[in-house]
Amino acid sequence: MSRFRGWIQAGATLLTNLHLPNFLKGGLYQGTGKTVCVPGLNCYSCPAASGACPIGAFQAVVGSSKFSFSYYITGFLILLGVLLGRFICGFLCPFGWFQELLHKIPTKKLSTKRLKPLTYLKYAVLLVMVFLLPAFLVNDVGMGDPFFCKYLCPQGVLEGAIPLSLANSGIRAALGKLFTWKFSILLSVIALSVLFYRPFCKWLCPLGAFYALFNRVSLFQMKVDKNKCVSCGKCARACKMDVDVTKTPNHTECIRCGMCIRACPTKAVCFRYGFGDGKDKAKAAETLQTNNNNREE
Amino acid sequence: MSCGKKAAAQIVLLITGITMLCFGVWRGEAATVLSKAIKLCLECVGIG
Ligand code: SF4
Ligand code: SF4
Ligand code: SF4
Repeated sequence: MSRFRGWIQAGATLLTNLHLPNFLKGGLYQGTGKTVCVPGLNCYSCPAASGACPIGAFQAVVGSSKFSFSYYITGFLILLGVLLGRFICGFLCPFGWFQELLHKIPTKKLSTKRLKPLTYLKYAVLLVMVFLLPAFLVNDVGMGDPFFCKYLCPQGVLEGAIPLSLANSGIRAALGKLFTWKFSILLSVIALSVLFYRPFCKWLCPLGAFYALFNRVSLFQMKVDKNKCVSCGKCARACKMDVDVTKTPNHTECIRCGMCIRACPTKAVCFRYGFGDGKDKAKAAETLQTNNNNREE
Repeated sequence: MSCGKKAAAQIVLLITGITMLCFGVWRGEAATVLSKAIKLCLECVGIG
């Protein structure tokens, strides 16, 4: 499956943004499809967006005067987290794919291994900018700003502001200081993505942070067959998310991209989908093998 | 985490997720999401 990852990412980006003619019209899709969230980070202000952005939707609910928590979005994200975990980052998220494409630009590449502490920043972004500030820093009528969307998210500018301002002169005229700030963030993310692999995913994305918390209990897992592994370290060297799959197969940073699977010379690494962690099945297979060997002897 | 415990945690989380989602829809959160998602989000695009 990982061989076709680029195609799957392209297909997922298209499904997430089905209403392409809206790019020319300069308006948004306004159907009921937008009641449902898409799995990846994709702005609902993108003219083509087929659904709602889960992070934007969460802030819209907690920032509204009626609610201070969103059971709908949290439940949806827990479901996706358990069913897929960060497989969504590796295969389904448009902004993850965008950063990956930028990283293909042939220049000198820099390692993020030494910057590991920065990976914790995204959890603070999730807690503070997506939940606490929108829910509790409210105005007189009890409404809060979507702080992450407003001050940090580069996807709103890339998918929303840029195409809309190109097609719609009214929107173009309304862009001001806030746009300049967010456009600078987008440019920084673009420049960093060329040098580093997925900097926004690693350090800032609150959606990635949420899914990361579910990697350990997700039904979608990485599995390493210790009997086949020859400890050559090729998998860890191939991993651009700085994970050693032999030590921590379900690490929070693993986006299930499958590069380690392709790098392994003995085919010891594989994807596994199902309840539990498959140890019982592996043990059963091992016992069966030992029994067979004994019988042959 | 043992295999059985992990499977139990997965099932409990799946049920929790479905329950929270349904409760959210029941109390009207889905309508709030729709009304926000169909209009141009000024904060997202950097206008207001
Ligand atoms: S600005 Fe970012 S977080 Fe907000 S709705 Fe758009 S993509 Fe989602
Ligand atoms: S970390 Fe965020 S931006 Fe990156 S792939 Fe995952 S959801 Fe998308
Ligand atoms: S451990 Fe493997 S699947 Fe996970 S991010 Fe690294 S290379 Fe990709």
